[in-house]
Amino acid sequence: MSGGKEIKGQISSIKNTQKITKAMEMVAASKMKKAQMRMAAARPYAKMIKNVVGHLASAHQEYRHPFLVKRESVKRVGLIIISTDRGLCGGLNTNLFKEVLKKVNDWNNQSIEVDVCAIGSKAEKFFKRLNVNLVAQVSHLGDSPEINDVIGSIKIMLDNFTDGNIDELHLAENKFINTMSQEPGIIHLLPTEPNKEDEFSHHWDYIYEPDSKSVIDNLLVRYIESLVYQGIVENVACEMSARMVAMKSASDNASNLIDELQLIYNKARQASITQELSEIVAGAAAV
Amino acid sequence: MSTMHLDIVSAEEEIFSGTVKNLSAAAIMGEVGIFPKHTPMITPLKPGEIKVTTENDEEMLFFISGGVLEVQPEVVTVLADTAIRGEDLDEAKAAEAKKRAEEALADKSDNIDAAKALAELAQAAAQLKMIETLRKKSK
Repeated sequence: MSGGKEIKGQISSIKNTQKITKAMEMVAASKMKKAQMRMAAARPYAKMIKNVVGHLASAHQEYRHPFLVKRESVKRVGLIIISTDRGLCGGLNTNLFKEVLKKVNDWNNQSIEVDVCAIGSKAEKFFKRLNVNLVAQVSHLGDSPEINDVIGSIKIMLDNFTDGNIDELHLAENKFINTMSQEPGIIHLLPTEPNKEDEFSHHWDYIYEPDSKSVIDNLLVRYIESLVYQGIVENVACEMSARMVAMKSASDNASNLIDELQLIYNKARQASITQELSEIVAGAAAV
Repeated sequence: MSTMHLDIVSAEEEIFSGTVKNLSAAAIMGEVGIFPKHTPMITPLKPGEIKVTTENDEEMLFFISGGVLEVQPEVVTVLADTAIRGEDLDEAKAAEAKKRAEEALADKSDNIDAAKALAELAQAAAQLKMIETLRKKSK
C-alpha cells in the first residue's frame, strides 16, 4: 500500500489547520458584531458635525478658512491610508493598496509628490517599500480604536496642509457595504467643500464666541478627525467581516481537500488489498 | 412652554438625543443658558457639565471634557470630545506619531529612499519646532 501513511499525515495536518481557521472564523464573527455596533455608534457624531459644517458653509461670509480654499497648483498631496494591523483577512488590504497604487501612479505622472500617513501596520510595511514619504504612522489601535490615538497623526497632515507643504489631503479607506463585500475607495478630505444646505436662502450668520476664526479652526479640525475616525472604525468592521468570510472559505476548502485525500487514501488501501489477495490466490494456484 | 431638540454626541457614541426645555453649559467665555428660539450661535465648550431640563421637567447632568456647542432656534447640538485636548497635548501626540514613522523607517533593510524620507522628517521636525516657538511668542 503505497503512500498510505503520507496521505494519513497530510489529512491530519489539514485537519489541524482547519481547526485553526474554524476558531478564527468564530472569533471574527463575534468581534464583527461588536465592530458593527461601534461603527453605528460613531455615526451620529459624523452626521452632526457634517450638519454643523454644512450650516457654517452656508452661513459664513467674511472669514474663509484655508481648509476651504482650493489651491491653484497642486505639487504635493497628502494621503492617509487606513489598513488593518493583522493579515488573514482576504483581499481587504491588497485591494485597497492596489487602488492606492493606481492613484499614486496617476499623481506621479502629473509629477505630484505624495506624503503618506499610514494607519495600521499593514500599510506601514507596504509603503515603506515604495517611493513615497512616510511622514506619520500609527498602528495597533486594537479592536476599539479611540480618537485620542489618531489625533497626532492627523495633526501632522493638517499642519502640513496649513504650512503649504501639501496642497490636498486624501483618505484611502475601505467602505463597509455589508458582511460579504467591502469596497476600497479614496475620498478627498482637503480642501473640503461641505454640502451647502439650500433651506437657508436668506443671509444669516452665527454668533461666534469668542471669535469666528478660532471657532471655525477648531470645528474643521474636528470635522477631519471625525471623518478619519469614522474610516478607522469602519475598517475594523470590514476587517472582521472580511476575515470571517476568508476563514469560512478556508475551512470549506480544507474539508474539500480532506474529502479528496480520503478518497485517494481509500483507493490506495483497496488497491493494496486487491493486490495482496491476488498474490495469495496466485500463490495457492502454484501449489 | 416651547421646547427644542437637543443632541449630545461624541465621536465614539451618541450620548443624548431628545426634546428639552433648556440647558446650560460651560462655554469658553463663561456659562451659557440656552432656551428655545435662541439666535444661531456656535462656541467651543470647556470641560464641565451640561445641565439639561427635559420636557418632563427632569434634570439631567452630563459631563464632557470639552467640545463644541451649536445653537439653532429649534435644534441644539453638542459635539463632545472624548479626548482630553489642548494645544500642547496635540503637539505631543503629533511628535509621537512622527517618532513612530521614524522608527518604522529605521528598521528598513535597504534604505535608499529611507534617507530621503528621513530628510523629510527632519524638515517636519523643524516645522514643529517653529510652530512651538511661534506659539510661545504669541502667548
